[in-house]
Amino acid sequence: MSFDTPPSTGCRDAPVLRERGQHEVFCGLTGIIWLHRKMQDAFFLVVGSRTCAHLLQSAAGVMIFAEPRFGTAILEETDLAGLADAQAELEREVGRLIARRPDIRQLFLVGSCPSEVIKLDLARAAEKLSVQHAPHVRVLNYSGSGIETTFTQGEDACLASMVPGLPETDARQLMLVGALPDVVEDQARDLLAQMGITDVTILPARRADDPVAVGANTVFALLQPFLGDTLAALERRGARHIPAPFPFGAQGTTGWLRAVADEFGVDDATFERVTAAPRARATRAVAQAAESLSGKSIFFFPDSQLEIPLARFLTRECGMRAIEVGTPFLHKTILGPDLDLLEAGPQLTEGQDVERQLDRCRAAHPDLTVCGLGLANPLEAEGLTTKWAIELVFTPVHFYEQAGDLAGLFSRPMRRRAALKLGAAS
Amino acid sequence: MKLTLWTYEGPPHVGAMRVATCMKGLHYVLHAPQGDTYADLLFTMIERRNHRPPVTYTTFQARDLGADTANLFKTACQAAYDRFKPEAMIVGASCTAELIQDDPGGMAEMMGLPVPVIALDLPSYQRKENFGADETFFQITRTLAKPVEKTTQISCNLIGPTALGFRHRDDITELTGMLADMGIAVNVVAPYGASPSDIARLGAAHFNVLMYPETGESACRWMERDLGLPFTKTVPIGVGATRDFIREVSLLAGVPQAIDEDRLRLPWYSASVDSTYLTGKRVFIFGDGTHAAAAARIARDEMGFEVVGLGCYNREMARPIRALAKDYGLTALITDDYLEVEAAIEAAAPEMILGTQMERMIGKRLGIPCAVISAPVHVQDFPARYSPQMGIEGANVMFDTWVHPLVMGLEEHLLHMFRDDFEFHDAAGASHHGGQHVANDAGSAPSHPAASVPKETASGLVIWLADAERELKKIPFFVRGKARRNTEIFATEKGLSEIGIETLYEAKAHYAR
Repeated sequence: MSFDTPPSTGCRDAPVLRERGQHEVFCGLTGIIWLHRKMQDAFFLVVGSRTCAHLLQSAAGVMIFAEPRFGTAILEETDLAGLADAQAELEREVGRLIARRPDIRQLFLVGSCPSEVIKLDLARAAEKLSVQHAPHVRVLNYSGSGIETTFTQGEDACLASMVPGLPETDARQLMLVGALPDVVEDQARDLLAQMGITDVTILPARRADDPVAVGANTVFALLQPFLGDTLAALERRGARHIPAPFPFGAQGTTGWLRAVADEFGVDDATFERVTAAPRARATRAVAQAAESLSGKSIFFFPDSQLEIPLARFLTRECGMRAIEVGTPFLHKTILGPDLDLLEAGPQLTEGQDVERQLDRCRAAHPDLTVCGLGLANPLEAEGLTTKWAIELVFTPVHFYEQAGDLAGLFSRPMRRRAALKLGAAS
Repeated sequence: MKLTLWTYEGPPHVGAMRVATCMKGLHYVLHAPQGDTYADLLFTMIERRNHRPPVTYTTFQARDLGADTANLFKTACQAAYDRFKPEAMIVGASCTAELIQDDPGGMAEMMGLPVPVIALDLPSYQRKENFGADETFFQITRTLAKPVEKTTQISCNLIGPTALGFRHRDDITELTGMLADMGIAVNVVAPYGASPSDIARLGAAHFNVLMYPETGESACRWMERDLGLPFTKTVPIGVGATRDFIREVSLLAGVPQAIDEDRLRLPWYSASVDSTYLTGKRVFIFGDGTHAAAAARIARDEMGFEVVGLGCYNREMARPIRALAKDYGLTALITDDYLEVEAAIEAAAPEMILGTQMERMIGKRLGIPCAVISAPVHVQDFPARYSPQMGIEGANVMFDTWVHPLVMGLEEHLLHMFRDDFEFHDAAGASHHGGQHVANDAGSAPSHPAASVPKETASGLVIWLADAERELKKIPFFVRGKARRNTEIFATEKGLSEIGIETLYEAKAHYAR
């Protein structure tokens, strides 16, 4: 199947099953774990409860021991009693933090469920603190609470909070939006530069001093599908979105680059010259890793909003068959190009009722189930092969050079199941 | 507000989950926002359980706030009952739901479910995980346990083990075997593995064995008062404590003491000459109160270590730990702030740390060997092999676990002998200390605690002269901290303001044993 001829019917107009019920997902606070690695002079201060601190500790694993640039200001009984007090407490804690970590240039006050429910005004606190600590430290705020955000939406909320403060520019420029591992970011820049697109900025920047500006002549491409609020915030600043499939796999990367190249009037010959070699490499790598995936069925539980582009990659490039593609939130404008390329067939679901979804999953008995860590081992014990989803967010998987690794992430659990022989030799 | 990075304990509803998850036929409906389901992975990943915790979350979202959350709770409660048909349910709120005041207990009661529904009141902004587990088990016991006829054979209950407990699984096996040797049957193990109907027959036992005070004491006290079940006060971790425990059990049960010591190896291993080098090793002990207290006794009386620091993170055990520390001539460290623990460890300059996952990391950072004796722990401390802490085998396990991270006697000797050797210089460290041996020049390893201690003592009165400093660096790193400290104390006592080579060796002679 060629990328240029999309399947006769895509999934753009496929009916979506919208479910409410128990959601087995992370809240947006988890985004801090990769965002703080990307933004090297930022500190993320969650204002929340012991639960929030415990969540970050559990989700960050061993990273917690490496003096990471995040922490939780735990609300105590006295903070709940009088709210004026909480503002003063926060100022004191922030003052101490900034004194202890003078290298911090951006401080994010991250709202949580408790702070949202008691309506602690973090926006006002951020403004006041910004003035107090100007110009050395800029204080921003966003919410990563579970009542408002699911997992990767935390990054969306964070990036969207940065947009109104970006300086204005009239320059014709490309902005890439979404936090990617540095190595992948550099590959993307390099491919674009080879096509003559050099005025490129990335949100979020690695450091506070890196120049990122926005204006009416800015066009932007998303690197991640979960950036709906950031998209809206950039549009409010006059920037224009370039719709594109997400750069997963050889085809996805090509589609993404094609959309950007078209915007900048790159001719076909140049495009072909720049992409031919890495595309061939990626196709080869995917084919190798996908040997054990071809013809197998896959079922996605909702987690990161990456599910639809990944299902597109796995069905088109690895020969898998998608049974159900669950996503916590389906942003049709952003995912339109991917939905067009996803052949009709799978049930699309938005939201979750985990017990019902488990019933459907057991009934379908897929060859591979993509799900969170709370479900993976229990499903393995029931005889289903699983791929835990969080790894897809932490591991470099975008663009050509990672296409083989991406397919490998899905084939490894299947190869392992085939490799383990624990019975008697008989 | 308190700025926190690492927490030794989770919120109290995680304690309730620990009780629910280890029981059978019990379901927990937790009024909590989306995202709180993260706690499931503690059980499925760290403890590697093959089933989901029996917990239904209401996972309310911002749009549900207002009157809707109450309905959400009722719907979730009904759906959980219909699907899982548990023998009993527990209901409660997480920290956020506590703020919106929906009263899960009251609502569940109004629903008239055909099974006992036990309401939990867990103050999230004051208490923590251990309290949550203790309180949950207490409420379950109080509601379900009834006076019943005693078993004909002398029997006891094992009280306190939970999911995510440090070696709880194997401690149960070990104690069950030891009690069987005395002719005592185990009536019910609870909450680990018990169903609500098992809880109902707790009263059939003749007495209770309180395995872990942190998670079982409230229930034991209630059973003592209301069901007439006395409970054991000694936690059988270590050889001496196990023998004390056997004596206590024999008095409670009215049966003669019996203990199969054929497989007990700690006393001989500890007495054998290879262990002589363990004498006076300075250890710092931190963990939950129960394990820290047990470790202190083993360290001093059974391994011949010197305990130079003792503390716990759970305030509930502060009093006994303070009293115990006094016996050891120490001031107990009661804190849940890991930075305070780190500072105390640095100040004490121990040769070994016995602690939790966090102390393991502190040890790594300071270059001090460490063994884990207490929760919180990571996945590697839920081992596949049999690995109890309690009883006879527990003592054997403890000996091995504590000795392994230390530089072995022979290795210590060799390091000393060849300390100037170009590839075997002392800063190279021991091969199993985690790869920091490559980059260091002899004697100037920045990652070692001694090197980071300032050249003056805290009082600022004693100054190390350059030649003494150089001489000090010739001492193997794992005893250098002790040598530095002893020399400074010696110099201060003698009223000296400077430490030269002379003073260094005077001090060495003074402290020689």
